[in-house]
Amino acid sequence: MGIFKKFFEKIKYAFTKTELNDDFYDELESVLISSDMGVETALDIMDELKSVCKSKLIKDVERAQVELKNILIENLHSVEPNFECPLVITVVGVNGVGKTTTIAKMTKFFQNKKKSVMLVAGDTFRAAATEQLSNWADRLKVKVVKQGEGADPASVVFDAISSAKAKKTDVLIVDTAGRLHTKVNLMKELEKINNIISREYPEAKRLNLIVLDASIGQNSIAQVKAFKDSVQIDGIVLTKLDGTAKGGVVYPIINELKVPIIFTGFGEGVDDLELFNPTSFVEKILM
Amino acid sequence: MALFSSLSERLNHIFSKMTKHGKLTALEIKEAMREIRVALLEADVNFKVAKDFIAKVSELAVGEEILKSLTPTQQVIKIVRDNLIELMGGENQKLNVSPKPPTIIMMCGLQGSGKTTMCGKLALKLKKEGKKPLLVACDIYRPAAIDQLKVLGKSIQIDVFERGTQNPVKTCKQALEYAEKFALDTVIIDTAGRLQIDEKLMDELKEIKKAINPTEILLVIDAMIGQEAVAVSTAFNDALDVTGVVLTKIDGDTRGGAALSIRSVIGKPIKFVGVGEKLTDLEPFYPDRMASRILGMGDVLTLIDKAQEAVDEKTAKEMERKFRENSFDLNDYIEQVNSLKKMGGLKSVLSMMPGIGGKLKQLEDQIDDKMLEKNKAIIQSMTAKERLDPSIINGSRRARIAKGAGVQVSDVNQLIKQFNQSKEMMRMMKNPKAYGGKMAMMRKLMGQ
Repeated sequence: MGIFKKFFEKIKYAFTKTELNDDFYDELESVLISSDMGVETALDIMDELKSVCKSKLIKDVERAQVELKNILIENLHSVEPNFECPLVITVVGVNGVGKTTTIAKMTKFFQNKKKSVMLVAGDTFRAAATEQLSNWADRLKVKVVKQGEGADPASVVFDAISSAKAKKTDVLIVDTAGRLHTKVNLMKELEKINNIISREYPEAKRLNLIVLDASIGQNSIAQVKAFKDSVQIDGIVLTKLDGTAKGGVVYPIINELKVPIIFTGFGEGVDDLELFNPTSFVEKILM
Repeated sequence: MALFSSLSERLNHIFSKMTKHGKLTALEIKEAMREIRVALLEADVNFKVAKDFIAKVSELAVGEEILKSLTPTQQVIKIVRDNLIELMGGENQKLNVSPKPPTIIMMCGLQGSGKTTMCGKLALKLKKEGKKPLLVACDIYRPAAIDQLKVLGKSIQIDVFERGTQNPVKTCKQALEYAEKFALDTVIIDTAGRLQIDEKLMDELKEIKKAINPTEILLVIDAMIGQEAVAVSTAFNDALDVTGVVLTKIDGDTRGGAALSIRSVIGKPIKFVGVGEKLTDLEPFYPDRMASRILGMGDVLTLIDKAQEAVDEKTAKEMERKFRENSFDLNDYIEQVNSLKKMGGLKSVLSMMPGIGGKLKQLEDQIDDKMLEKNKAIIQSMTAKERLDPSIINGSRRARIAKGAGVQVSDVNQLIKQFNQSKEMMRMMKNPKAYGGKMAMMRKLMGQ
């Protein structure tokens, strides 16, 4: 087994064995762990597969593969999102996961649904973050509410809410500073932004999304946990699925932290975003 | 999460079931290695790398004498840790410098790995070392990437060379001419982030390399990367034959197993780690520290370094005298609180402590940095005599102090308890030699 073998080659290898013996399960374990789902989840899924195969008297790998796919899909507990307007989407996540690009893509997504969108440059911390967002806003022809670098993000959000109300904007998307979840002050700032929205715009529907990079490993779990401690997290946007990373770490996040995936991102273009599709997500894993 | 404490507990559990004898048996090793493997995988070490590593270490460990000074658990961890260190390159490796200026450093990596920030950090470090760096903005794809580098350059007063979205190869060549003209001896090139499977952009990197022949090609990798570490580092190394690796974002609670995966797969040294968001947050890579982190053992060595930085010589001497005479009092405690702040606050210190790392989240309510302020208030409500000798603080004194500081009596009790504990901890930190050097001290702090 070459270490660089693609995931699908490995799973094929696993399934070329005709018997469901220990070798088969060893190989399956390596396949599952290689998707970043973690040891515990991989073992749970294998146990589930074992018990299903036992109760259904499945002995051949072909039928086991079907069962495995079902188990993997079920464990994603996917829900249909409901985008009622007016909607305020707050986008959080650590540095470098692709928050700003995701915001641009979501803007396009809602524009395609004939919704009006306004952006809020709430990342006043990183050098040139506001420029990056403004740049996208220009391309997409939407308004962006901004202040200078180092401004209080809560005050930018406050301005944006007044503007969104006046213009009857359907979707307000708030960019926030990428923060390593261990930075307490920045997390407090996020709480403040959240409170301002609740206070100033109680009639709006809310969607707090955390952006996760599919290539990141077990740390994504800690990221979601930490953000959840500060603000409610309603869903995940899983980015960078256009690489070879599988993003299996969402399994423990969905199952233990009960945060569903809403969108997946797979490129740098504004159209490279779609509503989460559990079947194709799992199929990519098992391809 | 397999914290070191729980890893040791699990190992202890295994060994306690075994009959005691002088050598580690194959069976004991097998059971212990199962736990080590889980710890490695939870630290995001690549599956295959972990497997090979475990196989190698198991072989080495069987038949190993258990040293008198160690328990079997410590012995196994020592073997594992020593091998991790060896695999990650032993000593720290420095940046290559071109004999004929300029030294050209080319940075590459995935999107979002922290390349641009790392360029700024490296430039600042080199500037401090007396070099004259030039930053070159070659990320022509991400909106505002050039602006970001310009803002960074301005903040550290380092020239940023850019030609907008012109072909990066051309920009690099012009940048070299610019560096020569203005006698700048180090050129740092920020390239666009790209996926390793994006052939067009990988070709662009190859062209840049061919055109300017860099002294260093550094692959920038997010320390939080998962199993992908292997595919990413292999592809970049195959395309560019990189000279080294820089790990970024190690300041979270990440265990950084990627370091092991990358090093064992491409065999190139990890030269630096980015440890924070500020431009000064750059450290050399120390394999021994990373080994401890991967095993969830905390980072006591970094902690000791920080302690040494935060406490000036004179204060340290004075403290040392007090420790020697065992006259450390609550006035000194306030002093210590201030030192802790200089070391990045209590949380930062605790995150480096063995067995705490990831558990920090659970402790967060208790160790709010506000607590330090509260403690200060409590101490300031004490009489001079009480501060000098906390042992005289009886029930009625406690009640008075609590009232004075506006806190509960239990808070006062807690402070006194903490004071006694920190007295012990600070004593160890201040004077590692007395504990047989850093390593011995670390073992002691490991509590085994």
